[in-house]
Order: sequence, then C-alpha cells, then structure tokens
Amino acid sequence: MSRRGFLGVAAAGLAGVMLAPGIRLIEIAQAAAPTAGASPKVRWGMLIDTTKCATGCTDCVTACNTENGLDPKPSPTSAQWIRKVEIKEIKTGRASSVPVMCQHCAEPPCVDVCPTGASFKRADGIVLVDRHSCIGCRYCVMACPYKARSFVHEELSDQKPDVPRGKGCVESCTLCVHRIDKGEKTTACAEACTRAGHGAIVFGDLNDAGSEISRRVREIQTTQLRADLKLDLGVRYHGI
Amino acid sequence: MRSLAALIGLLAALSAGGTLAAEPAGRTPKPVVETATAGTQCVAPPEVMRRSHMDFLKHQRDDTVHGGIRGAKYSLKGCIDCHASPKTGSVAKAETNFCVSCHSYAAVKIDCFGCHASKPAEAVAQKEPK
Repeated sequence: MSRRGFLGVAAAGLAGVMLAPGIRLIEIAQAAAPTAGASPKVRWGMLIDTTKCATGCTDCVTACNTENGLDPKPSPTSAQWIRKVEIKEIKTGRASSVPVMCQHCAEPPCVDVCPTGASFKRADGIVLVDRHSCIGCRYCVMACPYKARSFVHEELSDQKPDVPRGKGCVESCTLCVHRIDKGEKTTACAEACTRAGHGAIVFGDLNDAGSEISRRVREIQTTQLRADLKLDLGVRYHGI
Repeated sequence: MRSLAALIGLLAALSAGGTLAAEPAGRTPKPVVETATAGTQCVAPPEVMRRSHMDFLKHQRDDTVHGGIRGAKYSLKGCIDCHASPKTGSVAKAETNFCVSCHSYAAVKIDCFGCHASKPAEAVAQKEPK
C-alpha cells in the first residue's frame, strides 16, 4: 500500500472512531456552538421618537403580532404586547401618538411581586416571564404601572417555534429576545417602523456609547414614563 | 349470562385486534415509535435519550429562558425538527406521533405542547399565509 493510500484509509477509519462512549468525531463536527447568552455588560433598550410616530399607523403592533404569533385580529381579551396610545394636552390641543409596551425596568415591580420567581430580569436588562413557573396569579399584571402585561385566557394552537405561549400564563413584550439571542440587531416593531418610513423606534444597547440609541439619547431630550416611580426604564420617549 | 360474557370478550378481542393490527399479540399495546427523518443523527444514543431526555430538556430550558443560551446540544426544537411525523407534521397531534405514543403508553401527561409548537418551523411557516 502506498503512503497516500494508507493515510486515506486511516482518515476514513478515524471519522467513525469512538472518542469516548457515545461521542464520535463526526458528531463534534456537526454540533453548532451554542450562543453566548445574555451579557450583563449590555442593557437593551428602545428610544421612541413620538415626533416621528404617525397617528393612526399601527405597523409596529401588526409586526409584533405577526412576529410573536399573537392574535392577528385581537379581541378585548386577547394578549397585547404593544399598543398605540393617543394622548392630547387639553389646554393646548397638542396631540401625540405613543406606542407603549413593557418598559423593561431596571427595578421591575412585576419581578418584586411575583410569588414564584417566574417574572424575572435577564442579565441584559430584558424583563421576561418564565412560563414554566408562572402560575397565572396575575399579581404582576396589577403591579405593572404601564399595563404592559396580558393574561392568556384560552388554549392556543400553532404557536411560533421561537415564541412558546399558552393558556394560564402571563406574558408581555420580550424585546424580541429570540432575535436578539441569535445576534439580530433589531426588534420586529422597530423594523416595521423603519420599513414604513417613520423610523420612530430605535432599538439598541444603552450601555454601548457608540450605538445609535446611546448617541440619540445623549443628543435629544428624552422622558421615562412615570419617571417619579424611579424604575430606571429601558424604553425612553422623545417629544411627550 | 355466560354467553353474554363470552360475546363481550370476543368483541373486546376483535376490537383490540382491529386497532392494534400492527402490534404483536400481548396484553398491553406497545408504543409505535415513528422513525426520525432519514439521514438525521440524534444527539445521544436511543437508550440514553429514552431514560434521560426529560432531564436534558429541563436543564436546557433554564439555561435558555434565563440565560439566553440558544443552539445548545439539547433542545425541544431539535427533537421536533427530526421527529415530527411525516403524516401530521407534528410530534404530538395524533396518538401515534413520536412524543405522544410513548407518553400515553407510560401514562405520563406532558404539557410541553400547551405552549411549545409541536411542529418544525417550516411547517408553521407554510401554514401561515392562508
């Protein structure tokens, strides 16, 4: 046997060789590396420029419903992760349209009150519900000052594989956590708003001084909703 | 009275034989384990998965939900991608589908699919436009 021929046979044999019980070289090659996970160095947040948000436009709401498999034609009892609120100052008549969703507080009241620890804040500032331990008591729904949380009253079918949701649990905006974990840089609502030409929603890392959101919040005046509660929100509004 | 009992026994035997035609004769119907999609390789040998899949998944779910770690070795989505039935496209829709066939045999009620999709991503995507 020639030297080259011997090497070929040896390589072919090696691919099927057991390294340890149950582990073959070929399996190591196939396994994709898991993602790094939520980093405490990151603080995900959103800037909503209400001067750019159009009255009557609900593209962000529709995009959220589609992305997360929510009811496309919501009933009064359907879960709602983002909603459009029309506000008007009575004395001056100045009106604005404001999308409101989970504000991803640094000090979330929903986490404080949760009796099972199902409501929690990730290392990167995203506030979520772990449905595995949610008992559906709805204490968090009551505690949230922004009415951001919804309860799922009825059995669901055909959920998105990336967004499991079901009856008996509370849920709210996840900042499209399934996208962020995969390394995508925007949420469904921000993407839809940009696509519609408004660009009123900017998503990004508030801790990264070089990110667009950090630059914008440095340059323009922004407000936290109910700032008096001192919850240190991840979502900021301009123009209200 | 005895003839009635014999008739009931015969009927029971007939109906059992009808529904479990593919099964070897025995007192207990064995689970029909559907084969995974051809050309796919499970993350662990069958005997390990049969005994420990619940531990793998439970450990992984906390890493994923709380830690944001995705694409790790064990994942429910990974199971579904290979084990969805070619007929129903699901692991839990029909009695013979992969997860349900064993779990009904073992009398273990799983509520995974109350929230999790029981179909692979492509199947859900195909269904959406209509």
